[in-house]
Amino acid sequence: MNAEHPPRSPLHQPALHDSGYKHTSGEALYVDDLPLPPGTLHALPVGSNVARGRITACDASAALAIPGVRAVLFARDIPGDNLIGPIVHDEPLLADGEVFYCGQAIAVVIADDIEACRDGVQAVRVDIEPLEPILDIETAIERESWLVDPHVIARGDVRHGMAHAATILRGETRNGAQDHFYLETHATLALPEEDGCVRLYSSTQHPTEVQKLVAHVLGLGSNQVVCEVPRMGGAFGGKESQASNYACMAALGAIHTGRPVKVWLDRDTDMAQTGKRHPFWTRYEAGFDNDGRLIALDVHIYADGGWSIDLTGPILDRALFHLDNAYFIEALRFEGRACRTNLPSNTAFRGFGGPQGMLVVEEALNRYAEQMELDPADVRRLNYYGAAPRDLTPYGQQVTDNRLERIHTELLTSADYLARRDAIERFNAGSRFVKRGIGFQPVKFGISFTKSILNQAGALMLVYADGTVQLNHGGTEMGQGLHTKMMAVAAHELGVPLASVRAMPTSTEKVPNTSATAASSGADLNGQAVKAACEEIRERMRPVAARLLDVPAADAATLHFEGGYVSAPAGGRVTFAEVATACWAERVSLSATGFYRTPGVHYDAQAGRGRPFYYYAYGGAVTEVEVSGLTGEHRLLRADILHDVGASLVPGIDLGQVEGGFVQGLGWLTMEEVLFDANGRGLTTGPSTYKVPAVGDVPSDFRVSLLERAPQPGVIHGSKAVGEPPLMLAISVVTALRHAIAAFGRPGYEVQLAPPCTPEAILRAIVSQRDRALTHAVGLARKVAASPEL
Amino acid sequence: MEPVRFWLNGALVEEHDASPTTTLLDYLRRTLRQTGTKEGCAEGDCGACTVAVLDTEGPSSARWRSVNACLVLLPMVHGRHLVTVEGLRRDGVYHPVQDALARAMGSQCGYCTPGVVMSMFEACYRDDLDEDWQVDDQMCGNLCRCTGYRPIREAAQAIAGLAPDDHFARLAASQVPPAPALSYEAHGQRFFAPRSLEALFDILDAHPDHRLVTGATDLGLDVTKRRKRFPCLVSLENLSDLRIIEARTDGLTLGAGLTLADLELVTRRLLPPLSRMLRYFGARQIKNRATLGGNLANASPIGDTAPVLLALDASVIARSRQGERVIPVDAFFEGYRKTALRPGEIIARVDFPSTPTDARVGVYKVSKRRELDISAVCAAMRVRVGDDGVITEARIAYGGMAATPSRAHRVEALLVGRPFEAVTFEAAAPAIADDFQPIDDHRGSAWYRRTVAQNLLRGFFEETRSARFRPLPEAPSSTVQVEVAS
Ligand SMILES: Cc1cc2nc3c(=O)[nH]c(=O)nc-3n(C[C@H](O)[C@H](O)[C@H](O)COP(=O)(O)OP(=O)(O)OC[C@H]3O[C@@H](n4cnc5c(N)ncnc54)[C@H](O)[C@@H]3O)c2cc1C
Ligand code: FES
Ligand code: FES
Repeated sequence: MNAEHPPRSPLHQPALHDSGYKHTSGEALYVDDLPLPPGTLHALPVGSNVARGRITACDASAALAIPGVRAVLFARDIPGDNLIGPIVHDEPLLADGEVFYCGQAIAVVIADDIEACRDGVQAVRVDIEPLEPILDIETAIERESWLVDPHVIARGDVRHGMAHAATILRGETRNGAQDHFYLETHATLALPEEDGCVRLYSSTQHPTEVQKLVAHVLGLGSNQVVCEVPRMGGAFGGKESQASNYACMAALGAIHTGRPVKVWLDRDTDMAQTGKRHPFWTRYEAGFDNDGRLIALDVHIYADGGWSIDLTGPILDRALFHLDNAYFIEALRFEGRACRTNLPSNTAFRGFGGPQGMLVVEEALNRYAEQMELDPADVRRLNYYGAAPRDLTPYGQQVTDNRLERIHTELLTSADYLARRDAIERFNAGSRFVKRGIGFQPVKFGISFTKSILNQAGALMLVYADGTVQLNHGGTEMGQGLHTKMMAVAAHELGVPLASVRAMPTSTEKVPNTSATAASSGADLNGQAVKAACEEIRERMRPVAARLLDVPAADAATLHFEGGYVSAPAGGRVTFAEVATACWAERVSLSATGFYRTPGVHYDAQAGRGRPFYYYAYGGAVTEVEVSGLTGEHRLLRADILHDVGASLVPGIDLGQVEGGFVQGLGWLTMEEVLFDANGRGLTTGPSTYKVPAVGDVPSDFRVSLLERAPQPGVIHGSKAVGEPPLMLAISVVTALRHAIAAFGRPGYEVQLAPPCTPEAILRAIVSQRDRALTHAVGLARKVAASPEL
Repeated sequence: MEPVRFWLNGALVEEHDASPTTTLLDYLRRTLRQTGTKEGCAEGDCGACTVAVLDTEGPSSARWRSVNACLVLLPMVHGRHLVTVEGLRRDGVYHPVQDALARAMGSQCGYCTPGVVMSMFEACYRDDLDEDWQVDDQMCGNLCRCTGYRPIREAAQAIAGLAPDDHFARLAASQVPPAPALSYEAHGQRFFAPRSLEALFDILDAHPDHRLVTGATDLGLDVTKRRKRFPCLVSLENLSDLRIIEARTDGLTLGAGLTLADLELVTRRLLPPLSRMLRYFGARQIKNRATLGGNLANASPIGDTAPVLLALDASVIARSRQGERVIPVDAFFEGYRKTALRPGEIIARVDFPSTPTDARVGVYKVSKRRELDISAVCAAMRVRVGDDGVITEARIAYGGMAATPSRAHRVEALLVGRPFEAVTFEAAAPAIADDFQPIDDHRGSAWYRRTVAQNLLRGFFEETRSARFRPLPEAPSSTVQVEVAS
């Protein structure tokens, strides 16, 4: 770059992940990597080995006799309130009298090192009188074991709609849980400070909640607790609410011992204790008119929330909000309920209930297409939201900036969908053991926290007299590239090179009262706050710069901040650093906070009406698979994705989110299986038994594009949220698998397949297709034999 | 008493006090506070802990090998050179693999990244990575939950075989002496790594409480997951007698101490069915440590090499101070995790008779995930067909179907003497239900195992219909290579 052409704004430009080289060199520090203050102790929870029961006795004496074990803490050792939780305080941090799931923390062992700590955990004796647990949704429904109030969204007369339907499909469907499998397990380091205060370094998406709950458990004010997040090794929702428990344990240990205490979970403990994506069980009835329009949909969904409420309420809400996905449905009734079971408390996971909701309507559309022998992509197109009156969602929000048609057309053309579908039919006709299938999936996903008050964010910008900048905002970095985007926004607003901006670790002492970095909203909300803070400083700098450049004060607004210079339209420029120094000399403040709240969002859950979302994100995927009829194994041959991220702030980052989300979705739908034994004990608590996608599971032909020329009005620099929506593009894999499986039977047969579509599930579906074809052939033979005219 | 001595990123490390069951990963992270290397699972299944060891013991010249530090016990690196992610950047210049990955945006959260980098590091110096599927094989032991792998795969393909003439290449070429013998003791636990059979048998005699270990990819899990401590471990890793490769006209001998990575390479030409099975065995880091001897001695019902040995009529050669004993594989597995080995015996090698020219061979591994997964069912089949088209011999072996890897004797009886035709296999398939009563577990139901076992018979026939068929190591679309458009 030469001096005549200073670097342009980094916005909308290719850029690397701000930590990319730190990751590849091993310098990037995570909580468990931080240099340990002298005397740091380790703490680990003692988990229940029973899914439900009454604690009759606890004995820590054997544990305390182990050299190196310093303390074993129980509920009674908690100075504040033992009950915590993100929305409702219904979770004892340490079990008090009763246990509600296998793995539930009963005590915390604190020791000099992790080995002694593990010995201590094994040595703590807890006697539990077992009670009968509830381990599945069906039993919970039978016993009316509910977690939250039902949520109903209804429109029109669904019975009337069914009465007029040409085809009615009734069914049940379910989806499995999904473990987050962030590569970095839960971790917090807690340091005692003066006056009974604590400082935490935590791997959490929600430092403010950690701060609040630690204060609550210790009986402190929020101002006595600081929570800082260096970075996370992945989170995906799993560290939105559930990091708090381990942070509270570390803080409790630090206060109790007066020494730094670290909690870092090994993989097995992490997977055994923490919640997953909610499994859902659904009953539905779908009515189609003669043209194939879905005119009535009646759905009862039941989420397995696990033992405590956690975030189940809003997750259930989002499932209901996405039962329609991209389709206008005239008459509908959606009812959602959440079951309380004796399993880990299920929690946020990328998509937050949305994927589970979408699966239901997509299954109905797939079944309809199979029965009617239609191209499932056509059935979807026919049902898209469109012009009024087909533009109102079930909850009454208008679908604006609808990009479904555009994505449908552009993607099916670029992916050569029709020709490939034909080629597949030909291939299948000539192949006995191996069949191929192709699937298309459109996605419409609502952006905003559905609890409207959470849609706020803050930032704190510090410009130093040498022109360098520290950027603080309320969002946390979990790999999604939020810091990279925020640095680009800050560099753009202040007109400085990226290299002058340093993103600071997220800390509650910089920005207070933040929302979780969740709901895909990190860049939307924090970006606006960063922009506001930078604008404030820039405007204060203008008059100073004008004086330096001999520009009349009245023309200060014409000065241009870019690439580290402030320049006058008529020529002449000074460096940003010179202006900053001059500001300091003139006693002009160089720090500012910024704040943002999303306008216009609201929702009335009682009425089931409102505008919960600021806007919608859209995307589409076409996937081709090949299935073995002998083993049920399958492979992805090709995937094409077209996704709408508006005018991308940093395209490389968004591409990574789309690809990563898709692959995580295909893991959920095809291989990841969370299993418990008959006593509620986790059977899949490590990667040896719980399989997430590996490199070979990703199609070698993987074509991902971002929708071009699609800026979104009213969002930071025209960009759109990207974290969650792409996950649901993976539903295209299910449709493709159904296409291939159907080819083992006869046209017109519905495929019986529920995710996760493991080789076994696929082989069962194939066998049932074949059996029906066989029964049909036998029946036909009988008919032929009996027919007199032949 | 001797310390464990090794070179970490060029610097000598000496350790006297760590227990011999301390894993290399714990030692790096907790004792040396070198925290670049991450722990994601401590069971060899995520790759976050990948480091590179200079292997001087293999059949070829010294090579960098990626290994899972979570399953390497500290004394196992005695006398060796070790490189971790922190050691790649030299004089402020990033290694080409670091550059390639960062530029490809192959990291998001970055937690898998050090491991990914070290797997790429091995790839960078490998001279046998000719095809894209091999790069997948190289990288499949590194789970990444963020990126979706596309950029990782591209970066790995770009650097595979790059072999820069740098510090690391020169070190590998510098005639580093093989690791010396070791006898180490700390906290009442001993660890021996003899270099000769003589010395080995002396140690075994002197320490009746010994436990053998080679790659520790099984035994390491006892340490990390079951928190077992062993009073006396005896490593067979440094015994060159266990690493012979001998191809004769009447057969092939493979040493029990060869790593599976070396075996995979040599058997590509010498014994393709074994190579094919090894393509889907664990991941590269596992294969760089795991051995044939360990896989057999472990006698797991889902050990993947055993069915191949059963189908190919191999023999296990056991060795003790008294000499050698030939145990046909058919007689080797005596029960659940029980072998015919006697105390004081080790597995020295495996003899494979040459495959008759009229034999048709197929090997299959079916698992939930194609790569780095344990079999739900695995199988190896060999059928000989006379000039008249009649089956003269059938060796149909399965893993995952019974308490030991076993042959399907009833199925075999229904094949022999009948024509090599689809109907014969169709008629024999139901006998799987007589041969085996498989179990339900998280890898698959009994129904699935039975159905797949039967279907594999059908697939085997289809696949080997053409006598020219050879099992390929390449990644096919599914286990059975029938009708896959080429
Ligand atoms: C992540 C992962 C993936 C894996 N994937 C697979 C897979 O796909 N298929 C599969 O079959 N296995 C798999 N395994 C299991 C393991 O890698 C193999 O069984 C391997 O071959 C063991 O060899 P080793 O040298 O590491 O054995 P070690 O762990 O060193 O030893 C295993 C046992 O064998 C004994 N032993 C070792 N060598 C000898 C010898 N020469 N003579 C007598 N006894 C001996 C030891 O005393 C010990 O009891 C996997 C393991 C891991 C951790
Ligand atoms: S820590 Fe996962 S492979 Fe070693
Ligand atoms: S970058 Fe997060 S796991 Fe790979």
